[in-house]
This record gives sequence, structure tokens and C-alpha cells, in this order.
Amino acid sequence: MESVNVAETKPKPKIKKEAVEMPKQEPKVRVKNFNEVALGYTEEMALEEANRCLQCPKPQCVTGCPVEVPIPQFIKCIREKKYAEGIAIIKTKNALPAVCGRVCPQEEQCQAKCVVGKVGEPVSIGRLERFLADWEREHGFQMPEKAPPTGKKVAIIGAGPAGLTAAADLVKLGHEVTIYEALHVGGGVLMYGIPEFRLPKVIVRNEIEYIKKLGVDLRLGHLVGRTVTIPELMKSGTDAVFIGSGAGLPQFTGCPGENLGGIYSANEFLIRVNLMKAYAFPEYDTPIRIGKHVVVIGGGNVAMDCARSAMRLGADVCLVYRRSRDELPARKEEIENAEEEGLVCKFLAAPVEFYGDEKGWVKAMKCICMELGEPDKSGRRSVKPIPGSEFVMETDTVIIAIGQTPNPIIQRTTEGLVTDPRHGTIKVDENCKTSLDGVYAGGDVATGAATVISAMGMGKKAAKAIHEYLMNKK
Amino acid sequence: MYKMYEIVCKKRLAHKETLFEIYAPQIAAKSQPGQFLIVVPHERGERIPLTICGYDIKKGTVSFAFHEVGKTTKEMGLMEEGDCLLNVTGPLGNPSEIKKFGKVLCVGGSIMIAPLLLQVKAMKEAGNHVTTVLGCRSKEFLFMEDEARALSDKLYIASDDGSIGYKGLDFLKELLKIEKFDRCVALGPVVMMREVSEITRPYGIPTIVTLTPIMIDGMGMCGVCRVTVGGKMLFGCVDGPEFDGHKVDFDGLIQRQRMMLPEERLSSMLWEMHGECKCGRNKA
Repeated sequence: MESVNVAETKPKPKIKKEAVEMPKQEPKVRVKNFNEVALGYTEEMALEEANRCLQCPKPQCVTGCPVEVPIPQFIKCIREKKYAEGIAIIKTKNALPAVCGRVCPQEEQCQAKCVVGKVGEPVSIGRLERFLADWEREHGFQMPEKAPPTGKKVAIIGAGPAGLTAAADLVKLGHEVTIYEALHVGGGVLMYGIPEFRLPKVIVRNEIEYIKKLGVDLRLGHLVGRTVTIPELMKSGTDAVFIGSGAGLPQFTGCPGENLGGIYSANEFLIRVNLMKAYAFPEYDTPIRIGKHVVVIGGGNVAMDCARSAMRLGADVCLVYRRSRDELPARKEEIENAEEEGLVCKFLAAPVEFYGDEKGWVKAMKCICMELGEPDKSGRRSVKPIPGSEFVMETDTVIIAIGQTPNPIIQRTTEGLVTDPRHGTIKVDENCKTSLDGVYAGGDVATGAATVISAMGMGKKAAKAIHEYLMNKK
Repeated sequence: MYKMYEIVCKKRLAHKETLFEIYAPQIAAKSQPGQFLIVVPHERGERIPLTICGYDIKKGTVSFAFHEVGKTTKEMGLMEEGDCLLNVTGPLGNPSEIKKFGKVLCVGGSIMIAPLLLQVKAMKEAGNHVTTVLGCRSKEFLFMEDEARALSDKLYIASDDGSIGYKGLDFLKELLKIEKFDRCVALGPVVMMREVSEITRPYGIPTIVTLTPIMIDGMGMCGVCRVTVGGKMLFGCVDGPEFDGHKVDFDGLIQRQRMMLPEERLSSMLWEMHGECKCGRNKA
């Protein structure tokens, strides 16, 4: 890491303890639209916030970033109003800054390590990253330098965060990169999963355009395992493969009545609403039927995304989570946003059975109360049902957001690819290498459902390993 | 040279039944009988599952047939040769089990007659004796009769109203009393497949039905196509589309297929109202 001359960039003596707030749409207004909730810093706000950075010579924030963005350096550029330079610095490490600035859990990563955070609120690194990325979008992309062609071909499976990151890094290193994306649009979970109001799709499309301009060939509607298989790719001249196919298989509760109408998996609900834009039906052709009393089962970020989307479609939403508030796995900011918008939470309860009306549509759900037990090996507290505590709640729409597992189609069609039988994930070593020579994997398909940035971190690591592999290969 | 997803050939099969041959060499190269495609007609369109009814590796084309019943299919019906679909993904789902079974009964109804004939052909090539039954609502909805006759050892026609061939499928009960079959495949409306499965059940003839529940992604992501088979929840897209007809919960399937009916009707009605104006959305 390049060291920074402290004397030169010494901040003003007094650092404000409070971070500069980012303007947001008012809860009452935003719950009626799908526009982005957080509105982004103005230039003045960004300058003020950038001035809170101490420009530490040994920056701790960078150690908290899975893709090692040179944080103090880009913040310094903001202070000096050298925005083009600032975004170029970020893009040396992160191909998707407009996405990361919005959806990274910075409070657990870079900002958790920020020294200013020890005396007040940490520097809002994510908001500053977003500021630069949005500045670039308004002012036009600049193209980074590319290494001369190596003549090596790499196939990337999945145009989600892991795949796009790996593709961007590898194409810059001079390799010929083709992404095979199963859906009819690129972006993966950024398009089908994360809602418009948290990550506008125009931003994702822009980031993909940037990656295409770098020279990446994006092939849509190609399901690897069906349209083409990994052994076929390897036979037809591909030198290395990166699998970033995500965790797309929905989990269900297994409770009786789960096939009733009005019961959606989180994936179905979000795919309809985000990817297919059902919120704009009938202008868009894919419909969504939403009732007045929606129950969302689960407590992660996906559950919050479902709940907040359902509220925007006009429903009252109750979240049913089997543990208590303290164990909610969702980002704190998302929970706060959701509650501001009117989310009601029912903690320590789990579904037992769903009841339908004469037309086969869900009308009620039987739940049982749970109690917390001792923490398990992972530190998460166990839960067990309290006998005889069943109760019935009325509902007309249920969204099941209790997790996703990797789609098994690649594993089934690639002989010799070792997987974890319990979680369905592809086994990789510390360099993202799988059991097969020249085949790497990263993101949710290797870790199980996790975050956008951890997927990007693995995409980056895999790109580095693939580059070394290709350059050493005879 | 064709463009990707270009309509190379459009054929009107019957009244409201249309066949498209699409340029998609990557799909043509991998297609097998029994598999399906996900078709997205345009930017604002739905993703709809359609069973493959032919492929030509040399030409790089794949074919599917559709019944113009909802907004999306009516809109597709207005597309012409040379127009391009936004995206076609496939081949999806598991291929049919094609081998020498002996005597095979192939029953197809409505639009699914087109993909049935692909199976008839494959079953015949595998050395089976094939008896084909084509079912339709009434005379004007029947198509591909000549092709079916040429491909099969025996051909029967049936219609709901008796305007052509047998009235209904009751004649099958009589047929099974006198002829032995080693396998039955049924493709068509759910009620038809349920009826065929009930007819073959007493004789213990393994009966394979092709389910086309509502789908969105068609590759295991959304779970909307879940169906109960032998008491287990399975996905039509990745576990199917073919299942043991004697184990499928057809009632549950019918219920789930009707889930979005009011929305589908609304969409279709609004489109009809605007459709006449030829607002150009169907044109590439």
C-alpha cells in the first residue's frame, strides 16, 4: 500500500463526530414508489464528509474491504475535487463501485475499522464511493488501460457480482473473456434480487455496459449445463473457467399447504417484481398478485427486500422471524428503513401450516412460538418451539425468504467437480480453485448465500489465480 | 445469414395455432425431444415456457408451437418471418427417455400435438411400434394429421365435440381392452393428461406426462412451477417437465395454473383494446 504524506494532507484540527447525513426520500412518500430511497451526497456534502477522513498512514479501513479499495487515496481525490482521478483509483480494484457504494454492508467492513469511528461516527466511505461512481456516470466513463492480448480464452459462468468482477479483471489483463448468463439480462442478483429502490437497474445496466466496453463478450440466455457444458467449453478452446452461478435455488418450509396460491418463494416474488417489473404491470407483461395482508417469513436482507417491495405494492406487511430482533441477519440500516416504512415484526415465531380458501388461495397461517436456546458452534443461538403455543394469523399473501442454495445444474453436468453434499456448494481452495484443473469458482455458489461484496472479493481472487494459471500454462 | 432469434419460418397450423422456427444454433445443437425453451418476445414481455417441437442442427434452428390464447402469445402471433424475438433460452428440462419399449401409445392434445410428433418420430426410430392419438376440441383445431399418419404405425383422431374422429377419449378404454401397450406418453391440456393417466392406470402402463405449469426463469430459481408428485414437492422446470402420470397431483396443478388468471385476462383484454391500433410494440 502506498503511504500517504500525513503532513501534506493533515486535516483540520477538529473532526466532526457526526457523519454528514445522506438525504433520503421521506418514508411516507417512498413507500408509495419504487424510486431509490437514498438520494446520494451533493458535492458540498461529499467534500464535508471527505474532510472527516484522517488519511491514516496505515489505513485500517482498507483491511476491512474484501476487494482492498485504496480508500484514503480516493477520499483525498474528493477533497481535491479530482473526481475523475478518484473514480479511476477505485476502479483499479472494484469494477462495480456504483453498486458497492449502495449495497455493501460498510458498517461491518471498511467503516467498522475506521479510526474516526472510535470517537464518533466512522467516515461514510460507502456514500463517498457512491458519490464518485455517480459523478462518473454523469460525466462519462473513462476506459482503463488494457494489457496486450495473451491469446488465452476464459469462460465466466454467470453475469452476477462475482462473474462481472472476474471478467473485468481478466479482460484488463489481456485475456479473451466470454460471460455465459442464463437469464435474458446480465447482472444476476443485482437485477433479479435487489429491488429498484435500493439499487436502480439503470445503474446495474451502466456497470455492465462498462464491462462490455472493456471487451467482454456477454452471451445472454445461455444456461451452462444445458446450452453448453463445462467439458464442452474446455474441449472447444477455453483455457480456464470461472463459475459464479450464485445461489438461485429457493428453500421452502416444507409445511403443509405450501403449494397454495398466494405463497411465493422470495425468488419468485423478487424476480416478478424486479427483473420482470411486475410493479409496472400491465405496462410490463408479467403480473404479481398481492393481497392486503402480506406475511414475509425470514429475517435476512432478502426478507427485508421482499417486505419493502410488498409495502410499495400497497400491502400491510408482517415479518415472521423465528429468532429475536437481536439475531436478525439483515443489515441494520435495512431493518430501520423497513420499520420506518411501516413493517411490523413478529419475532420468535415460525410457520406450521398454511390454510387456503375454496379457490386454493392462502387465507391463514398457523404459527408456533419459539424460544431461544444456547448459542451453537457458529455462535448463533438455537431455537426450539414451545409446545402448545400455536396461534393462527390471517394473511392473503405469504413470501418465503428463508434462504437459497446453489443451483445444481453445473455440478450435475461437470464430471469430477467436487461439491459439498450438504450445502450443494462447489468446493474451492483459498485461491478459488475447484477440484478440476483450470476451473475456478466463487461467490454464493462456493460459499452459500452471502453478500455482493464477498462474491466480488472472490471473483477478484479467482481472476488473479486464473491469470497466474494461464501465464504458467504451456 | 440469419440474425439471432430471428423467425426463419412462421407456419399457421390451425385456427389459433402457430409454429415458429427460430434461428438459435447453440440451442439447435443441444435439443432433444421432451425439452423446452423459455421465450421472451420483447423488452417488456414475459418469459414463457414452450416445448420444443423440432430442431435442425445444420440450419441452426429450433421450432416451437403456441396457442394464441393470452396477451403474449397473441402478440407473438402478429410477428412475421424476419422479426426477432428478444431472447430464447434452452434447451431446458430433462430430455424424454427414448428407447425400445415395444408398443408405445402416444397421446397428444391441442397445441402439444406438435411436440408429441417429435417424440413419435424418436420412439419410432428407436424401434417401437407406435400408436398415435391426436385430440382436439373440434375439427378446425386439428393439425399435422398427415405428418402423424406418416410417422405412426396406427393413428386415431378424437375430438371433444365429435366433429372429427371419436368423441372424447372413451374409445381408449376399449382399445386398451384389446391391445397391450408397454408405455404411454401424453402431452396436452392437464385435464386430458389426467384422463389418459386414469385410463392407463388399471393396466399398469407406465404413463409419462409433460407438465407445463406456470414458469418464470425455467431453470430452478423461482419455484412457481412446483408440483406434487408422489407426495413430494418437485419443480416442473428442473425435475421435469416429464413425470409419472400416475403419481402427479393434477388437481393441485390445475389450481396453481389458475393462480394468475384474473391478471392474465386483464392483460389480454387491455391488449385487445389497444391491439387494433397496431401501436408497434410487437414489431422489432
